[in-house]
Amino acid sequence: MNQSFLEALQNIFPADRLLTRDVELLPYESDALTAFQTKPAAAVLPENDEEIIETVRLCHQHAVPFVARGSGTSLSGGSLPIADGLIIGLNRLNRIKKLDPQQRIAVVEPGVINLSISEAAQPYGLYYAPDPSSQSICTIGGNIAFNSGGAHCLKYGMTSNHVLGMKVVLADGTVTQFGGESIEGVGIGPDLVGLFVGSEGLFGIALEITLRLMPQPELYRTVLAAYDDLGRAGDAVSMVVASGLLPGAMEIMDRLAIKAAEASVNAGYPDAEALLIVELEGEALQVNAEFEQLHGIIEESGAFEIRVAESEAERARIWKGRKGAFSAVGRLSPDYIVQDGVVPRSRLGEALVEIGALKEKYALDVANVFHAGDGNLHPLILYDGREAGALEKAEALAGEILALCVNLGGSITGEHGIGMEKRDYMPAMFSEEELYIMQALRRAIDPKEIANRGKMFPGGEAPALKQHGMHPLEKAGVISRE
Amino acid sequence: MATAIEKCVHCGFCLPACPTYSLLGEEMDSPRGRIYLMKNVLEENLSAADAQPYIDRCLGCMACVPACPSGVEYGDLLVSYRALQERERQRSPLDALARKLVIETLPYPKRFRLAVQTGRIGKALRGALPEAFASMLNLLPETLPPPMPTPPLLPARGERRAKVALLPGCAQQVLAPEINYAAAHALAANGVEVHNPPAAGCCGSILLHVGAEQQAIELARRNFSRFPDDIDAIITTAAGCGSGIHDYELLFKDQPDADRAAAFARKVTDFSAFLSSLGMREPTGFASERRLVYQDACHLLHAQGQHSEARALLNQVPNLRLLPIADAGMCCGSAGTYNIDQPAIAAELGRRKVASILAAEPDLVVSGNIGCITQLRQQLKSIGNPLPVRHIAELLWEACAGSD
Repeated sequence: MNQSFLEALQNIFPADRLLTRDVELLPYESDALTAFQTKPAAAVLPENDEEIIETVRLCHQHAVPFVARGSGTSLSGGSLPIADGLIIGLNRLNRIKKLDPQQRIAVVEPGVINLSISEAAQPYGLYYAPDPSSQSICTIGGNIAFNSGGAHCLKYGMTSNHVLGMKVVLADGTVTQFGGESIEGVGIGPDLVGLFVGSEGLFGIALEITLRLMPQPELYRTVLAAYDDLGRAGDAVSMVVASGLLPGAMEIMDRLAIKAAEASVNAGYPDAEALLIVELEGEALQVNAEFEQLHGIIEESGAFEIRVAESEAERARIWKGRKGAFSAVGRLSPDYIVQDGVVPRSRLGEALVEIGALKEKYALDVANVFHAGDGNLHPLILYDGREAGALEKAEALAGEILALCVNLGGSITGEHGIGMEKRDYMPAMFSEEELYIMQALRRAIDPKEIANRGKMFPGGEAPALKQHGMHPLEKAGVISRE
Repeated sequence: MATAIEKCVHCGFCLPACPTYSLLGEEMDSPRGRIYLMKNVLEENLSAADAQPYIDRCLGCMACVPACPSGVEYGDLLVSYRALQERERQRSPLDALARKLVIETLPYPKRFRLAVQTGRIGKALRGALPEAFASMLNLLPETLPPPMPTPPLLPARGERRAKVALLPGCAQQVLAPEINYAAAHALAANGVEVHNPPAAGCCGSILLHVGAEQQAIELARRNFSRFPDDIDAIITTAAGCGSGIHDYELLFKDQPDADRAAAFARKVTDFSAFLSSLGMREPTGFASERRLVYQDACHLLHAQGQHSEARALLNQVPNLRLLPIADAGMCCGSAGTYNIDQPAIAAELGRRKVASILAAEPDLVVSGNIGCITQLRQQLKSIGNPLPVRHIAELLWEACAGSD
């Protein structure tokens, strides 16, 4: 970073918002994936659009790479700084500029925290649907960069389904508007909002985002079904999907996961090879009608026991075991590898049978706990790191499961994005041509490759993948990669 | 310290809970940022002097502790780090003098009374004094209330249901003797025999808070023999005393008297927690409705996990309407000696707290902590608002008075 660039920054920012000393920069050297640490050359804390735009233009002019950062909660290293680069901290841009209950939209700045939108919309009976586990702190800017999901993305979709429009500054300094205030407007011409959402910060910075708000559900109905075969539970999910029903959540736990949940929270689950939890939510009239249909499908799917939550307390008990299951697996094994793969939900049963076969082949235990509704498989491969060769064996099994996901037409990541963590796995999922098109698009918008340089595209080391076992937040049951 | 630092996974869940992060919006002024700075200082990648301003800005409100999913014991970390740094720290002569004044007067009622009286002279010279002194003087009242000694033994009214001793506290008994007086009488009205050990003194918590570990140990130790053994509980009426005493285990680690310290700490309970677990006798309440805001003291809510105790008592009082406020868990900026050390941030936090209280349109504010009470009174006074702020013990005594 040269002196003239720094001097130009000084013209934009007062000293207390231009951080250059070690003590100011060290706390920015990691996001929530601390396996990576890179101290940036400087960080700026803009307080309005103009400051961001001027900064990006300056970066473009001097070819200085920059990383836009909200709360720094990425679990894939998505907001890791670039050495000799600039951090643009957006958390001070945290105003909700407009909340229109008639139009059901909110216009927000990128540093607004996800949950605070729902809090602001609550008095109008509305909420912002995408709900990542970190919603109490993650920012909308980051949600847009990584197209964040959450427990309810099965029914309501990811962030991209809720962004109507945005004003952006592209990496070359161009300021433009994508989309608008109504969902219809998005259908005209190429979907530039869709292109920008999930681009992992490679195109530029969203300055002002128009979000869709949803009415809060009036009623929940929750069903727990027990099966004597895991594949059958997977098939039941496909049956529900094929029937046209769209539950708020559909979750599966296998025998090992049930055992862990019972040991941990004593949920009182039936003794089964697999449990399926389906929850309907929405307007009472519709939910009650759908419930009849759902009950019929579950009966037909070969469940040997069906329980329906008759009270909020029963509903909470069903969820308690499910939510605690992932962290409870830690009780069964000293070490394990967590996977974050996705398969098309129509092929869930098939995937589970194949994982079962792989489990036999490697003579290792695999626990399955996952968002079945969107095919987000999360096999936990149990091993004992103290045994010679156990880790290698577990890694080989993990590799085969990942390949299986891709071969079935799925994905290498469910929720956390590629970032730094999974960039070397991109070629497993995308062809050379696809990667070429992504690069070409990126260079068309960012010819100097200054926006979040080094992320998403393959190349370089990925030390985080060498970490095994649960993230401490997963152990605490706060987040899950399920 | 190393374990606490290692436990932090930098997830950021502490950020929304942190008052300085919400005010300043910088990583260095967040819990995970401070932990990261402490780590770098301990690993000698960073000088302690560089990190100091950010560590100093931490209120020690502990809001990050319940927010932390990984269970980082931030409070223990901060206390240990501050004590460690204090030994090596170079302070400017003025700064050192201000600190000495705090350490040598606040814990001692007689000295503090004298200091307040002297302070009145100082107020005339305020303009000529450095900021640290000016803010210290601002907190001192114009006049001191007359002492309100409670008898060494206040008998229980009616059937005796418990036997307790009251921790007299330090600055509180000079600034607001009515608090302990009311607490003793409220307890007595509920069938509690209340002992007031004449020689008991400061518990040392305020010293621990500013990193004066050794002095804190000495003060704490003095109290061990001054309380009767055959009591059910030692009652505190200031949040910081309770949370500080619950840290005795850490303070007395590898020290003589560790067992006595632990036994003492086990008996210590906050006034509201004790009364709510004992069960309050049916209060007569008030003739007409009173709208009330309960101000959570950080060292009750975050450090001792008390959210429902005081509220349960208040909800039991007829004609008292408890109003919710926005950001109830956010520190009011009082935080021990914080409004002396960091007056600007303390004032801004106080301003925000008062704004959210006033939005609820209460007739009265109560809190379980003199620090909050002083801070809120000062902030209200600065905007000319006469809203009364009292200790919960005073209100409950009044509400129970009819049963006397």
